[in-house]
Amino acid sequence: MATRIGTYTLRLDKPTSIISFAAAGSRKESEGPLGKYFDCINEDSTFGEKTWEKAESTLQKCAVTKALKKAFLTPGDIDLMLAGDLLNQCIGSTYGARQMGIPYLGLYGACSTMAESLLLAALLTEGGMGHRCLAATSSHFCSAERQFRFPLEYGGQRTPTAQWTVTGAGACITALQSGPPYIREVTIGTIEDYGICDINNMGAAMAPAAYATLSHYFHDTGTKPGDFDLILTGDLGVIGSQLLHQLMDEAKLSITANHKDCGLLIYDRIEQDVHAGGSGCGCAATVLCSYILPQIQEGSLKDVLFMATGAMMSPTSVQQGETIPAIAHLLHLSHTSGKEGESC
Amino acid sequence: MTAKEYQSASDKAIPHSKSYRNIPMAFLVGGLLCVLGQAVMNLCLYYGMEKDIASACASMSLIILSAVLTGCNIYDNIAQHAGAGTLVPITGFANSMVSPAMEFKTEGYVLGLGAKMFSIAGPVLVYGVSASVIYGLILFIFGR
Repeated sequence: MATRIGTYTLRLDKPTSIISFAAAGSRKESEGPLGKYFDCINEDSTFGEKTWEKAESTLQKCAVTKALKKAFLTPGDIDLMLAGDLLNQCIGSTYGARQMGIPYLGLYGACSTMAESLLLAALLTEGGMGHRCLAATSSHFCSAERQFRFPLEYGGQRTPTAQWTVTGAGACITALQSGPPYIREVTIGTIEDYGICDINNMGAAMAPAAYATLSHYFHDTGTKPGDFDLILTGDLGVIGSQLLHQLMDEAKLSITANHKDCGLLIYDRIEQDVHAGGSGCGCAATVLCSYILPQIQEGSLKDVLFMATGAMMSPTSVQQGETIPAIAHLLHLSHTSGKEGESC
Repeated sequence: MTAKEYQSASDKAIPHSKSYRNIPMAFLVGGLLCVLGQAVMNLCLYYGMEKDIASACASMSLIILSAVLTGCNIYDNIAQHAGAGTLVPITGFANSMVSPAMEFKTEGYVLGLGAKMFSIAGPVLVYGVSASVIYGLILFIFGR
């Protein structure tokens, strides 16, 4: 069983691996700097479906199927699936999983869902509650826009702080003792709210949550930012990243040297006109599954802190004038298991 | 950093809108739409229409143009650069009705298209009509 270290962090005692992973996306993602690393790309963002919600389900199913295929597994080999997305009642995930027959738990962590589902999958696997667990998430630009903002064809101008919801899905399968990448520690985030209420400035709303979780992790484990090759946040974008750097600098835990944000990696921000960067559950999920995990697997990245951030508001709470609470969950992903006497 | 200090740091971090580009573009596109409306009106007058009817024809032409461009997925691309230039004239109103009608058609013609069509334009209608009633009352009481 995992051991609690400090107040917020859990250390996985048995070496828990991500045995397979896959990322799926659409045209805009394929045109971005990471396009070539995706496992499946469908140029048609409808994915051959009649509604955007169905398109998202198909997209997520695509990532899950690919992750299973890469590990030569069938849905029957998976003991538990943990999945979520941005849509009301998480229909992107439930409709994607309805023909799989895998025991299913739906999650809502907004854009932090990849970290939330993966850390739960890791803990359940390590605790022996499942031999293989599947963590998946997705987001679709068109389904998110119509739910949270305006119809696609509405002629409004996007603000400089707005972020572009990634049309993408990621899936990871966890199991014990199967080589890198390993999940070594996880820190479950706390809800943080610093009073930001602009729905078009999610990065600023989420940066304090990222700061809190990172500080908790460093405090609990006695590590410092320099101990990691990469500190990867989910979708803070350009403004959120800048604010996180400010908060970390103030706490004397500067991360400027080794911090990257998935929202700034997935698109060419200027060329692709995505304003403050990418966002959505699919942002952290696709960057992790396409670009980061292969590097940890081959050893070019040894230790990575992966932290997906989520803004936990709804259109109703925003209209009622509420500020935006946010959360960030962290996983320490490593090329080595950290267990004595084990070859990696 | 307290929440208040953070909010001020956040305000400082926000890049400003490119007003040097947005304002002239809005002026240019909005002005062009007005010129187009005036041209239609002049054409109608030239062919002997009454002024009231010619004026209605000009508005209708712009509404149709906006609806067709919205339907062809072109309007939002123009609006991304034109900003208030396409939003403020009657074209913006037409776009705000047609775009939700297109978007929510998947939820059916009654509860989707019919109900959501006014999701953006509805408040404009409610407060526009209310303001005109209040104005009418003021005029009725004091304007005689």
